[in-house]
Amino acid sequence: MDDTLRELYQEVILDHSKHPRHFGKLTDATNTAQGHNPLCGDRVTVQLIVDNDDRIADIKFEGKGCAISQASASLMTDMVVGRTVAEAEKLMGGFLNLVKGEEVEGLDADDRERLDVMAGVSAFPMRVKCATLAWHTMKSALEGGDAT
Amino acid sequence: MTAQGKIASAFDPVAARGDFEILSKQVYGKPLVYLDNGASAQKPRQVLDAMRNFAASDYANVHRGVHYLSGKATDAYEAARRTVQKFLNAAREDEVVFTKGGTEAINLVAASYLAPRIQPGDEIVLSVMEHHSNIVPWHFLRERQGAVLRWVDVRDDGSLDIEALDAAVGPKTKLVAITHISNVLGTVTPLKEIVARAHAKGVPVLADGAQGAVHEIVDVRDLDVDFYVLTGHKLYGPTGIGALYGKRALLKQMRPYNGGGEMIREVTRDIVTYADPPARFEAGTPPIVESVGLAAALDYMNSFDRAAVRAHEHDLLTYAREGVRQFNWLRVIGDAPHKASILSFEADGMHAHDLATILDREGVAVRAGHHCAQPLMERFGVASTTRASFALYNTRAEVDVLLDALAKARKILS
Repeated sequence: MDDTLRELYQEVILDHSKHPRHFGKLTDATNTAQGHNPLCGDRVTVQLIVDNDDRIADIKFEGKGCAISQASASLMTDMVVGRTVAEAEKLMGGFLNLVKGEEVEGLDADDRERLDVMAGVSAFPMRVKCATLAWHTMKSALEGGDAT
Repeated sequence: MTAQGKIASAFDPVAARGDFEILSKQVYGKPLVYLDNGASAQKPRQVLDAMRNFAASDYANVHRGVHYLSGKATDAYEAARRTVQKFLNAAREDEVVFTKGGTEAINLVAASYLAPRIQPGDEIVLSVMEHHSNIVPWHFLRERQGAVLRWVDVRDDGSLDIEALDAAVGPKTKLVAITHISNVLGTVTPLKEIVARAHAKGVPVLADGAQGAVHEIVDVRDLDVDFYVLTGHKLYGPTGIGALYGKRALLKQMRPYNGGGEMIREVTRDIVTYADPPARFEAGTPPIVESVGLAAALDYMNSFDRAAVRAHEHDLLTYAREGVRQFNWLRVIGDAPHKASILSFEADGMHAHDLATILDREGVAVRAGHHCAQPLMERFGVASTTRASFALYNTRAEVDVLLDALAKARKILS
């Protein structure tokens, strides 16, 4: 099999997409946004509870999409919960660099390793938007609007 | 030789492939299997050569100068119009308006024919299987003038419910806008009957022939259709050109679309008068080289026995339809009895984009997504589908590659 495909659809990705973490609704969200990829029709809703210390106390996502977008959303929610907004944004910066095949700087080794399962996306430029949809939606929720 | 043998030998897809240089290309080290013809077809060398030769030896602007080349170019442009006229069996060449594509042709009818006739509450009847290009121009009239869109459903097999359509056409209906062939389902609509029923109530019909002109042999006089739309790039021709067929009586009543050069009779500081159709609707310098390319594409199609091409495409569809029955995880969307060579499907637990990415790495180009037909996706309760659409140059061997690639995708994604 094509190695780039194996890398893209590795076990961890498929597991996240079939058994997404933090999937569902929050009833007491402080921040919500909807993201939409008009190219494929995929939609995602990201809800967060941001506490007074600017920390993400909880996060959930809902939506339909491809394995890449679902896995990316699942991984994201898993990784940002408990972090401050500033930390989440830093993580996002690193993630965006990673899936575009650019230099990733400023992440600690553990974060880098966890995000690395998505690195295969960089070999599929047509799919980068699938991987980034949930992250852009989270950012837009934190900024108080909808992502498109 | 048996009668069947004769039919099979009437068209040779393998020989036709030799006309398409791109089909010998490899992608990711695998032979290209191009099954995205519903989005755009590849161009044979006859089209590319015609465009190049014209640009290299006869090119100038049309209907402008008195010089030699302007005459040559004008002759070529008007000859292309006659080629489209014959392709559709239109009565007159001035019933063919060149546009930049199918989308512009429909927008032209919406703006120049229908908009002046719409009062709030007037209705436009369309089917749920329309492409967005045959939806959004009518939404404009809903938003701006209070038109009401009346949607006609399709049956579960994707065929059009003609009785439902008939019932939707009422005293307030100003137009029926319907596809000839669905770009997702492949359904061929009973256009002649639709037109007859609409005309019985005094309602004109626009047919979106973006796919229909490719797979059906179109006779606008026999259909008695009022407007028929085609686009060049799906007909093995270039992008940037399409055509609107309109009955002369209707075109003559229509107000101009874009304003500019070419479409006027006289312009003064105070008034302007307009040229007759088709020039009235062809403001500005038209796609001249592309018109030559479109004519070459139609000549190319007509160089074959088109009924035999149709039989070949139908064979590919049947072969692929039978082939995917082995996959119990795959659901075909659209099984109408009268169907062109377009196969859309949904796969359990596999999103169309993941599937298409894996097929792509096997060299197989398919379309994945909503196919600019979101109301239809909603009708069938799917977010997206994967679509294989077959052209005259595809073969059974390529269908086999598709089937193998589907099996492989299943293995990777489950």
